Amino acid sequence: MLAIPAIAAVACLFLSANAARWTALIATFIDLALGIVLWTQFDIGGPQWQFVEQGVRLGFFGWDLGIDGFALLLIMLSVFLMPICIGASWRSVTNRVPEYMAAFLLTEVLMIGTFAAQDLFLFYLFFEAGLIPMYLIIGIWGGANRIYASYKFFLYTLLGSLLMLVAMLYMAGTAGTSSIPALQAYDFPADVQTWLWLAFFASFAVKMPMWPVHTWLPDAHVQAPTAGSVILAGVLLKLGGYGFLRFSLPMFPEASGQLTWLIFALSAVAVIYTSLVALVQADMKKLIAYSSVAHMAIVTIGLFAFNRQGIEGAMVMMLSHGLVSGALFLCVGVIYDRLHTREIARYGGLSINMPRYAILFLFFTMASIGLPGTSGFVAEFLALMGAYQISTWTALLCTTGIILGAAYMLYLYRRIAYGEITSDEVRGMSDLSTRELWLLAPIAAVVLWMGVYPESFMAPMRKDVAVLLQRIDRATPVSDSRPTAGNPAAAAAQAPEHHETPGEAH
Amino acid sequence: MDYAANLAMTLPEVVLGLGAVALMLVSAWGGPGSTRVVSWAAVAVLFGAAIALTGPAGSGGVAFDGLYRADAFSTFAKILIYIATAVAVLMAPGFFQRTSGDDLRPEYPVLLLLSAAGMGMMVSAADLLTLYVGLELQSLSAYVLASFMRRDARSAEAGLKYFVLGALASGILLYGISLVYGFSGTTQFDGIADVYGAGRSMGLLFGLVFIFAGIAFKMSAVPFHMWTPDVYEGAPTPVTAFFASAPKVAAIGLGIRVAIEAMGPALDQWRQIVIFAALASILLGAVAAIGQSNIKRLLAYSSINNVGFALIGLAAGTPEGVAGVLTYLAIYVAMTLGSFLVVLQMRDADGQPVESIVSLSGMSRTRPALAAAMAMFMFSLAGIPPLFGFYAKFAVFDAAVKAGLFPLAAVGIAASTIGAYYYLRVVKTMYFDEPAPAFVKGDEGPLQGGLIAVAAVIVSPLGYLTIPLLGAWSIAAARALF
Repeated sequence: MLAIPAIAAVACLFLSANAARWTALIATFIDLALGIVLWTQFDIGGPQWQFVEQGVRLGFFGWDLGIDGFALLLIMLSVFLMPICIGASWRSVTNRVPEYMAAFLLTEVLMIGTFAAQDLFLFYLFFEAGLIPMYLIIGIWGGANRIYASYKFFLYTLLGSLLMLVAMLYMAGTAGTSSIPALQAYDFPADVQTWLWLAFFASFAVKMPMWPVHTWLPDAHVQAPTAGSVILAGVLLKLGGYGFLRFSLPMFPEASGQLTWLIFALSAVAVIYTSLVALVQADMKKLIAYSSVAHMAIVTIGLFAFNRQGIEGAMVMMLSHGLVSGALFLCVGVIYDRLHTREIARYGGLSINMPRYAILFLFFTMASIGLPGTSGFVAEFLALMGAYQISTWTALLCTTGIILGAAYMLYLYRRIAYGEITSDEVRGMSDLSTRELWLLAPIAAVVLWMGVYPESFMAPMRKDVAVLLQRIDRATPVSDSRPTAGNPAAAAAQAPEHHETPGEAH
Repeated sequence: MDYAANLAMTLPEVVLGLGAVALMLVSAWGGPGSTRVVSWAAVAVLFGAAIALTGPAGSGGVAFDGLYRADAFSTFAKILIYIATAVAVLMAPGFFQRTSGDDLRPEYPVLLLLSAAGMGMMVSAADLLTLYVGLELQSLSAYVLASFMRRDARSAEAGLKYFVLGALASGILLYGISLVYGFSGTTQFDGIADVYGAGRSMGLLFGLVFIFAGIAFKMSAVPFHMWTPDVYEGAPTPVTAFFASAPKVAAIGLGIRVAIEAMGPALDQWRQIVIFAALASILLGAVAAIGQSNIKRLLAYSSINNVGFALIGLAAGTPEGVAGVLTYLAIYVAMTLGSFLVVLQMRDADGQPVESIVSLSGMSRTRPALAAAMAMFMFSLAGIPPLFGFYAKFAVFDAAVKAGLFPLAAVGIAASTIGAYYYLRVVKTMYFDEPAPAFVKGDEGPLQGGLIAVAAVIVSPLGYLTIPLLGAWSIAAARALF
């Protein structure tokens, strides 16, 4: 699975533009097929780590691969989005196609590797190496301000992950192993945990991205080519959440418990602040980028809720956001290809001459808002319900974020699709081509599937969530909303906000 | 121990010395026409010296009554030195062919051989006098090499600057040696270590500081780095490549030997110096490189930066730390020689060498393979995985963390982000900017291209396959010191 895109990437470099396109497409489809095989073979409820593959040890790290439910789902997300990305750049990328395709295939290898790595340093290797192809994708094929954006992207993420490397070195030195499953069972002293947790946090918070280190994301998104944005929003942002899930929570449960307030505070700020910022954006891609920050904040809240609903919700949120924001970027790409501007004000009335486009765009807008029946609803509902059990205030604040989310997404949609067509160039735009339809339709189908029957996606990770919960149970922070049984008056006096909980709970 | 056994142990230096003398005779009679023969003969001599390392010279122990030590550590360093010197010999003809006026004369390989002999002495020194003689042999050859293009004002300036400052550093070093000798009564490393172990005195401490200052000059660590950018810019490019590789290995190897063998008991004293030099080198090397517009100056600051990282391993003061430094040096030599080989390919339409970073613009379109190789070297120097340069940094930081030097590791790592910026700038220029006039292709045959390809393969992820070998070898070399 790793080898196919890697070989194809090298092959692409030596091929002509058209041959490179087809090679890349075929390679990504083979990987998608392998991913589906992987999913069907995955034994739900079986051992925690499956498809374990142990290779040579090279000094400090070993080639150890293996996946659990979380990794499986994120790998599926990657291989699913990849052919769509290649398809999206079929016509819009015309210069240096072989290098472009090679960079994308390389990204795919590194992403799958990151999710499947079972060794601390192998993980770091894949995690960090992903910067190089992305840097080139933004820098070579990006928009006008691409160089600034590519630097910012590279240096922000590099600084974060280097701190994580120091922590990793310490962990491997202390625990005497760099195997991730072994480290997940290793107990570090509580005071050390705090430092290690902060070092990992520095990396994952940038990757996530959490407020206030999110500023690289809008720049990178705006400047990246459409497919670059899709993969950035769809998969690379998930590395942060995956990191929290794989490292921060199980390896440093005490520190996670103690620092939950930090996560909640930053996330709550992110949800409200970035939603407000998104409201005033004049650039479509920027708007969606800010909405990504808001959605990822809900992921972090869910993860640090320390309960089943929260973690499963966060996980579904990651998948759902990967699909929905990827699709939204594709939607932007479709009209950008026609008019070559991302300015919202230049459009208007697209529902008149692009009805098919308008319908799909509306669907993804609704999914982003979290309309019941789409994946966004399942995700937000579960994550916030989990958070509610820990902190009513955070849940309250984040729910306002959802209302704001509806506001900015609907406002965006109104400006683009409704109203009268004001300019001739918009009138001349043609509806979706068959290729574009085939890019968007599969995503729409999966989003609906996830919204109507999320069980398919939750089943593979159920057992892993249970294992994780068992591990972090002892560090669960005290909830502010639940009075102790039999002593309600005293508890209510201690928790001033208690009195508003009954009303909210129903 | 009889004389033959002593000579057998110093065989590599004997081979190099005799080879250099013989080749000097050949060049004296053969004149400029013999350059080609002498060059290849010099490579053969270096190869012969490397072969000689497999004998008693590789692990023989102490020779000449404790003046000279042949162990796994010196073997490791010598192999690196010989490889780097051989590459410096091989890359020269293409460069000199095209520069107007000064042809490559057969003295060039001879001087390199002498320098290599001196460097071999440095990493094998077990006595302060051997140390000094080796250092001077290396330095004197290097001064001449720096001003090798006699008609070029910049080259002459580089040689003069190097000589004056180098003489000053030698003076400082010699003063330190005399202090240490005066207060300890011996020049042998073992004896000095005993005296340091027995107690402290102000004289010994001063001696230590002066010796480290002298060695820091040779390895161009901050604050003794001022000569580096000027000399690197002025010297002919093959010579610059040589300066950035082999003498660095020798100087750092010498520093390690002095620090661990002679002053091991005074770890707490010299550790402060090394930590300061390491952090200052990393920071200054990173910050000062940002403003450079000449690729050779940029690589000079990059070499200062890299010395800082290597010193982090020494600061750990453990066998793992020393092994980390050796690993770092091995990978650094591949990266830096590779970058300079690419720089050698930069020529304008008239065949004259160009050195500005701007002239690299858009090289990914005009010379895609060369640009890809350069991008790999740059990412590798920045320490971005999956390139092999990452493992180099990993090895030294691992040692530092294991020795409990968390602040050092954290600051060093944070500073490497600054360093990443200017390496990225080179990549940006090559890949994102509009193409400048293409460089003309050289006609020196497949040799240079082949060398670049070899260096690129070493820094590519394939390099990780060598880790079991490199790791075992470097740790064995490091243990020889403790």
